[in-house]
Amino acid sequence: MYYIEMHAHMVSRTTDDYRDMAMAGCVAVSEPAFWAGWDRSSADGFEDYFRQLTEFEPKRAAQASIRHVTWLCLNPKEGEDRTLAAEVLKRIPKYLDRPNVVGIGEIGLNRVTRNEIATLNDHVQLALNSNQLILIHTPHLEDKYKGTRVTIENLQKMKGLRANRVLIDHAEEHTVNMILEAGFYTGFTLYPNTKVSAARAVDMVEKYGTERITVSSACDWGPSVPTAVPQLMLEMRRRGHSEEIIRKIVFENPLEFLLQSGKFELPRLGIQAALRSIAAAT
Amino acid sequence: MTKGTCPLTTGQIIDEYFIENRTRLLELAAFLERLDRSADGVDATNDFRMAAFRRALQMIASNAPDKMDQVQLLFSDPTTEPREQLDTKSASGAWNPASEVA
Repeated sequence: MYYIEMHAHMVSRTTDDYRDMAMAGCVAVSEPAFWAGWDRSSADGFEDYFRQLTEFEPKRAAQASIRHVTWLCLNPKEGEDRTLAAEVLKRIPKYLDRPNVVGIGEIGLNRVTRNEIATLNDHVQLALNSNQLILIHTPHLEDKYKGTRVTIENLQKMKGLRANRVLIDHAEEHTVNMILEAGFYTGFTLYPNTKVSAARAVDMVEKYGTERITVSSACDWGPSVPTAVPQLMLEMRRRGHSEEIIRKIVFENPLEFLLQSGKFELPRLGIQAALRSIAAAT
Repeated sequence: MTKGTCPLTTGQIIDEYFIENRTRLLELAAFLERLDRSADGVDATNDFRMAAFRRALQMIASNAPDKMDQVQLLFSDPTTEPREQLDTKSASGAWNPASEVA
């Protein structure tokens, strides 16, 4: 079965990982800009990263016949630095027309500070001004519940924002309902220890249905599994879920969301008409 | 509670998942016993993370129909006001009430 990896930090992964993902059915990877594990020292460092995401990674993915799309931002872990954020925000627009850029992300909150909220709002405003999709990171562990609530409250105050053009990621049992009820897309992150297992993700699908729900590995420089989405597919089959439901979660929902960018395509599969019909129905 | 949404029967769920969850339970018991054997013998119950952990164990053993959500909330920051400034980059896994004291 084909699948779309909605959230993977491939700059931290090897070319072998691309190959393994392709062999497991991955046809596209969506890569948000993120924290490198240490703070970048200047806006120039971000520009180098944006070039890596828009020039180098698409070529590396293409070697495994994987379509690579990306999201640009200054990430939540560095959002406290308002001066750096302002400088990076000035430099993002010149990259937005690049063919694999589908939106602004992953933006959001880390420890839910006033500066982080201001940086989040600046990014959302940039996305609205430039008609970009938005990918939102929600905080980790004890900060997730408060951070998700505050994020939604802020988004709902932004004039002109359409919820179906925003994916609020890293949802868990205590946050998924508030995200879906507000009309946003969401994502379950199959990441060891700090996020959700395949079994818990499937539990949430069973409790909340299949609409506007996506899954991803969020594989990065930490302990993580690039083929976590196929592992979720196995978990769904283990419980007797239909192939149609599995396909909706791992392929159709991310496809519907990404098609809104106007840039997402999978020409190698020869299913452009089918993709457009899914887009038209949403 | 959304009864009937898992395609497996009760018996099938037990057959499929009992062994791996028995293993998880033993890991929990081993972790708690390890704390009792610590080199310094400090009482772990004074740690805010372990206090939340104990409350979560009680919730798991309860009959609450939404125990998963409740366990998540037991570890979560219940406050609503943003922090004035960044205290640390990383979360610790449980909300520390002492961290909210200015």
